[in-house]
Amino acid sequence: MNETGNLKIKFTLNGKPIEYMVKPNWTLLDLLRKELSVLSPKEGCSRGDCGACTVLLNGKPVNSCLVLAPQIDGKEIVTVEGLIEDKEFKALKETFIEKGAVQCGFCTPGIIVSAVALLREKGNPTVQDIEEALEGNLCRCTGYIRIIEAVKQAAEKLQKTS
Amino acid sequence: MEKEIVTLKEKLNVVGKPKRRVDAKEKVIGKALYVDDLRFPGMLYGKVKRSIYPRARIRVIDTSKAKALKGVVAVLTAKDIPGKNMVPIIVEDMPLLAEREVRYIGEALALVAASSKRTAEEALKLIKVDYEPLTPVTSPIDALKNTSPKIYGENNIVISYKLRKGDVESGFREADVIIEREYRTGYQEHVYLEPQGIIAVPGPNGSMVIYGSLQCPHYVQKAVSYVTGIGMNKVRVVQVETGGGFGGKEDVPSWVAGYTAVLAYRTNKPVKLIYDREEDILSTSKRHPAIIKYRTGAKKTGELTAVEVKYILDAGAYATLSIPVLWRGTVHAVGPYKCPNIKVDSLAVATNKVPCGAFRGFGTPQVIFAHESQMDLLAEEIGMDPIDLRLKNALEEGDQTATGQVLRESVGLKETIRRAAELSNWHRKRREYSLLKGVKRRGIGISTVFYGVSLGAAGKHLDKAASLVHVFPDGSVVVFQSLTEIGQGQRTVIAQIASESLGVKFEDVYVQQADTSIVPDSGPTVASRGTLMPGMAVIDACKRIKKRLAAVAAEMLNTTPENLVFENGEVYNVYKPGKGMLFKEVVKEAYNRRVNLGAEGWFEAPFTSFNPETGQGEPYFVYSYATHIAEVEVDVETGKVDVLKVTAVHDSGKIINPATASGQVEGGILQGLGYALMEELQEKDGYILNPNLTDYLIPTSMDAPEIEVSFVEARYSKGPFGAKGIGEPSIMPTAAAILNAVSHAIGVRVFSLPATPEKIYWTIKGSGRYT
Repeated sequence: MNETGNLKIKFTLNGKPIEYMVKPNWTLLDLLRKELSVLSPKEGCSRGDCGACTVLLNGKPVNSCLVLAPQIDGKEIVTVEGLIEDKEFKALKETFIEKGAVQCGFCTPGIIVSAVALLREKGNPTVQDIEEALEGNLCRCTGYIRIIEAVKQAAEKLQKTS
Repeated sequence: MEKEIVTLKEKLNVVGKPKRRVDAKEKVIGKALYVDDLRFPGMLYGKVKRSIYPRARIRVIDTSKAKALKGVVAVLTAKDIPGKNMVPIIVEDMPLLAEREVRYIGEALALVAASSKRTAEEALKLIKVDYEPLTPVTSPIDALKNTSPKIYGENNIVISYKLRKGDVESGFREADVIIEREYRTGYQEHVYLEPQGIIAVPGPNGSMVIYGSLQCPHYVQKAVSYVTGIGMNKVRVVQVETGGGFGGKEDVPSWVAGYTAVLAYRTNKPVKLIYDREEDILSTSKRHPAIIKYRTGAKKTGELTAVEVKYILDAGAYATLSIPVLWRGTVHAVGPYKCPNIKVDSLAVATNKVPCGAFRGFGTPQVIFAHESQMDLLAEEIGMDPIDLRLKNALEEGDQTATGQVLRESVGLKETIRRAAELSNWHRKRREYSLLKGVKRRGIGISTVFYGVSLGAAGKHLDKAASLVHVFPDGSVVVFQSLTEIGQGQRTVIAQIASESLGVKFEDVYVQQADTSIVPDSGPTVASRGTLMPGMAVIDACKRIKKRLAAVAAEMLNTTPENLVFENGEVYNVYKPGKGMLFKEVVKEAYNRRVNLGAEGWFEAPFTSFNPETGQGEPYFVYSYATHIAEVEVDVETGKVDVLKVTAVHDSGKIINPATASGQVEGGILQGLGYALMEELQEKDGYILNPNLTDYLIPTSMDAPEIEVSFVEARYSKGPFGAKGIGEPSIMPTAAAILNAVSHAIGVRVFSLPATPEKIYWTIKGSGRYT
């Protein structure tokens, strides 16, 4: 900590090592969006209810609005921007577009992040698994039906190719 | 008028196909930019100081300490507004900033612009408001009492309507059965995932550009011009990617943009104003709470003889959209049924609470809950199946609606009922579920609705749409129109209509975002008019261009324009298929011959009318129809409801894109499920107790039932390729169908929404059943 109370943290963001001076009261979401211009995580409620700001922290989906920036020191953060070449993401991208699992799109990056984490953990998730994995990601447009189908189909595609 | 080219082909290549959404990829890869993702050099951050009392006189607003805070650039109150201190909606009653009195908690009092959001938030705390609290009026029933303080006009009534047909008294005398009940419904909050947000950017020559999350760019343009005093010609409103609307971004962005524009005007800097969730829930419009008194008379054989309705909406502190919301609710109060004797009286009453406004369904889900409960009570009373009762009374072509309108075409209602019954196995399940015993009971319930598409007689002057289409020398096409993409798939559907009309490939059409500086005022993106109105305007422009291209192509192919077919990016003589040319070859030749390759399109809504004395007339030019059948399982020990399946059959005319249309229906059903069972905004003495998504619950992935969607396509001759509207009918029948299913499951009825587990539990207890 320096004399202004700022802290220097080191972490990796989408595979790249980063050193950054942060204020102790910044959230991870503020750090990503305002300081680093990583814009795929969205701010929908600022209190962990909606899931629009979901990112991977050491591989686990978290609401970045509930994580303070100093807490990510030494950790690994991944957002949709860092998933573009990822095989789970690619499968989800295809099925989300094909199934029409996207409407206004504001919740979509957060949902994709949660779905990537699920598919990495369970290659062959049941509908119940998918519903539970996405429970923290609110969507007000789609009714979830197509999202659940898209995740299921992406899992099936990945199973076939692996 | 340019003569229409006779199309020789009937086959549709693009319309009616489940084309992929044009915006899906950008959204999936996280590249779609919403208003909070945009930044401008030197941009400031705005915040709004809001009232903490439901009703109070304002003695003094002291902004001196806030102004002195480092990083604060401006602190403004009503006297600093350069134009009128008024947000123009339907009537002019709502100031942009309260000056002498506040009328609801969350009403705006002052504005701050600062170098950061945090500084702006700090500054808000330093603004000192000296209030003199007054007794608030927080229930519409209290507001109607003679003793109530007058908080709106002479009698606290914002607006009232009546509808009279036949003679209800003789209708009730003819009835064998009369059902009389009172229904209540609560608020519903939109919970668009993206909160309200606007950026205002001052430009050269005193101009201003507004970028925002919004449904109605032309409304915002007018409001910004009002409050800044800048002419409408210098106010340009550009809609950016919008994270959901559902009616919640119909009127509200006019005042969000008003605040932002005033700050930008006074600081001469770009200003961004993004609401946080709590602020959004506390201060923006929602679905009106309602009280509905309903009396239905019918013959033993099921025919309705009389319907009498008293419909009261809790409007909140200002009129905003209560006027058209109540009108639509009044016109739809009887439902899609034939009935010779009708009396409807409706009132929107002012209270010291947040103003209510537009929410998908627009004043109809409340009355639908009532009329569909009544139909089931009636069916039970006369021992008739609810489906048979509805089929007996449902409107058909040639029938008269409650307003005396004769339906001349496109009435697919009965087919929606029959198909929904068939797809859901209604008769078998209705029987089997009735026999279940034990803790988990199942039920199946139906609801059926009609919906007048577009603005109707009440919004006649706004019911028009424009388009601008350009074809470029490479054969690609750009379409401008000014209804908005808010998630529903509007740009995709418009691209399909343009592609089909011009005969070009779907991939060669690009639909631009709405921008008020490009096409004339096309009215709002509301009332399920986003396909029909701009669709017709786009077809109009495409026809003009196609006619000019056809003249060139006819020469090139040595034939007459009448013989030409434009299809999938090719142009050919219908009698010599396979020997045509590419569309872009024709365009290139036309370009070299200096043919105008751009055209404006225009469409005016067909005739509508309404007699304010009797409520009779043709309030809407066409109606969509829908039937939902819901199946539920109720735990009679806890009152918890699981919705197992919803079967949804919709007549929205020709479906332009079955994938996006189904997406609309599925999303509508989940919102309807929330409205039916869980979404409860708690208010006490004018205070909202749960302004967050921890305590205001909306459906999650765990609540999603199985959904089966089917379309009856009763084409409308004046719609694009026969299309009507889908957005709002999607939500309208759901809650009533679920409540009817719950009642079938537990044998007792809940008369208010939402039917939370607690309410169902106590209803069961009070009934003495299952004890």
